[in-house]
Amino acid sequence: MKIDTKILTIREAHEHLVAGDFTACELAQACLDNIKPELNEFIEVFDDVLEQAKEADEKIKNGQATLLTGIPMAIKNNILIKGKRTTAGSKILENYKAVYDATVIRKLKEAGVIFIGGTNMDEFAMGGSTENSAYGVTKNPYDKTRVSGGSSGGSAVAVTTGACLVALGTDTGGSIRQPASFCGVVGMKPTYGMVSRYGTIAMGSSLDQIGPFGKTIEDVEIIFDCIRGYDDMDSTSIPDKTYEKIEKSLNKKQTEIKIGIPRHFIKDGIDEDVLANFEDSVERLKKLGYKIKEIELPNLDFALAVYYIIMPAEVSTNLARYDGVRYGLSEEGKDLLEGYLRTKGQGFGKEVRRRIMLGTYVLSAGYYDAYYNKAVALREVIKDDFRKAFETVDVIITPTTPTPAFKIGEKSNDPLQMYLSDIFTVSANVTGLPAISIPAGFVERDEKKLPLGLQIITPEMREELLFKVSQSF
Amino acid sequence: MEIKEIENLAKLCRIELTNDEKKELSGEMDSILDFVNQIQTVNVGDKKESIGQLRNIMREDKNPHESGLYTKDILEEAPKTESGYIKVKKIL
Repeated sequence: MKIDTKILTIREAHEHLVAGDFTACELAQACLDNIKPELNEFIEVFDDVLEQAKEADEKIKNGQATLLTGIPMAIKNNILIKGKRTTAGSKILENYKAVYDATVIRKLKEAGVIFIGGTNMDEFAMGGSTENSAYGVTKNPYDKTRVSGGSSGGSAVAVTTGACLVALGTDTGGSIRQPASFCGVVGMKPTYGMVSRYGTIAMGSSLDQIGPFGKTIEDVEIIFDCIRGYDDMDSTSIPDKTYEKIEKSLNKKQTEIKIGIPRHFIKDGIDEDVLANFEDSVERLKKLGYKIKEIELPNLDFALAVYYIIMPAEVSTNLARYDGVRYGLSEEGKDLLEGYLRTKGQGFGKEVRRRIMLGTYVLSAGYYDAYYNKAVALREVIKDDFRKAFETVDVIITPTTPTPAFKIGEKSNDPLQMYLSDIFTVSANVTGLPAISIPAGFVERDEKKLPLGLQIITPEMREELLFKVSQSF
Repeated sequence: MEIKEIENLAKLCRIELTNDEKKELSGEMDSILDFVNQIQTVNVGDKKESIGQLRNIMREDKNPHESGLYTKDILEEAPKTESGYIKVKKIL
């Protein structure tokens, strides 16, 4: 049977594997054959893919297969898989081999998933285009002169081109949803604390979440269900019983679900075609029976500024650990201090150094109150805005990005312009709310079709509503 | 931001910068700080800073893994080791 991994879903693959229409080895090989080195979606393709697949075939033969047994998956290269090179897209970790499995990897291994490789990303997940990767940019499959988005660009591309069936990314300010939007796939950021961060290379610890990429909502939901859950190795993970209660308490019919649109926020600096596409999506949702309501999130305008204070502050503390002493790149100096200076100076790329500097500045004596403390207080105000909005609506929608995928090099010399492409996505990280980007159509640029995404946000721990609305779209 | 200020920050960050980079960064830092400064226009009232609902979550110090289980793998990642220790330049 011919295997087309560009359209095959997890459930279909599972049924074929169990029916013996193809083996896990053949499925894995089909993915490997779809890797496109010219797009540069992987930093590392693992050398034991077929061995992993053989093990899965054994399980399938013995009747021990579960839904994810033998399903090929790509993993963003900042999530630790024991024994595999995990670079976080940085030169400072060029030869670093993970010494343990991240909790999400342990869960996926237990489910029988096959890991194809580590996908390309902006260095330490800092960026929105993968242009900050020390291993080169990942190109957009729809137009090779454009970016794939970022920071999890490699994962989005690997799903689009069928180099895997599903993938994992991390999302600190939009790093799953934005590349999903640019590449025409589904990408989801769970509620903060819903998925354990243990074993993910930290960027902004109060913002980071691991989440899935897939071609369909169902595929994304299957992976989310596998990786979610409390973990005592992550002190910020939410105890399971907290959300079980919430899920049971609410179950509305489609026609009772109210969708909120913060129109005051969706006008300035947004591509006209993106706006038109968004209005089409709104019409589509109306036809499906949803009630549409205009809402006001008075302090949403400040979310991006808040994010660009809190995130670099956390970056500057998290990345202090790369000192060339215990692991990673180590540059010689005449004394300990000079060794640090050289290791960080040469191991970190420009954007990473910029954010460490910025974070150190906003945390330094004399500026701490005006920047960091103020931003953290404002973060609470923004959370309150959302809380109030969710008293009148069930979900909130926006475009995922203000433009379709931009050209490689277009924004790389202007950090602030690059930051502005996170405008719609950061608020879900600032507030900890779950959000998803789903394919919403195409625009044409230079005679090429480019995908666009619709972003849906729900109250915390309401992922089931996120999937329900997405599924109906 | 003055070059001197950039140099001081770089020192705090333990990052070595070239002169060209210092110049570039001084402009970039100004434009980013100018952007984030918009938060100064909001009155947050008596909102206190607080991150998350969870406080001081600790694990019980029990069921330790077998001693030495990870030692070999961890030491293999260290740039310099000597008889089972990570080697550092002398500090004093």
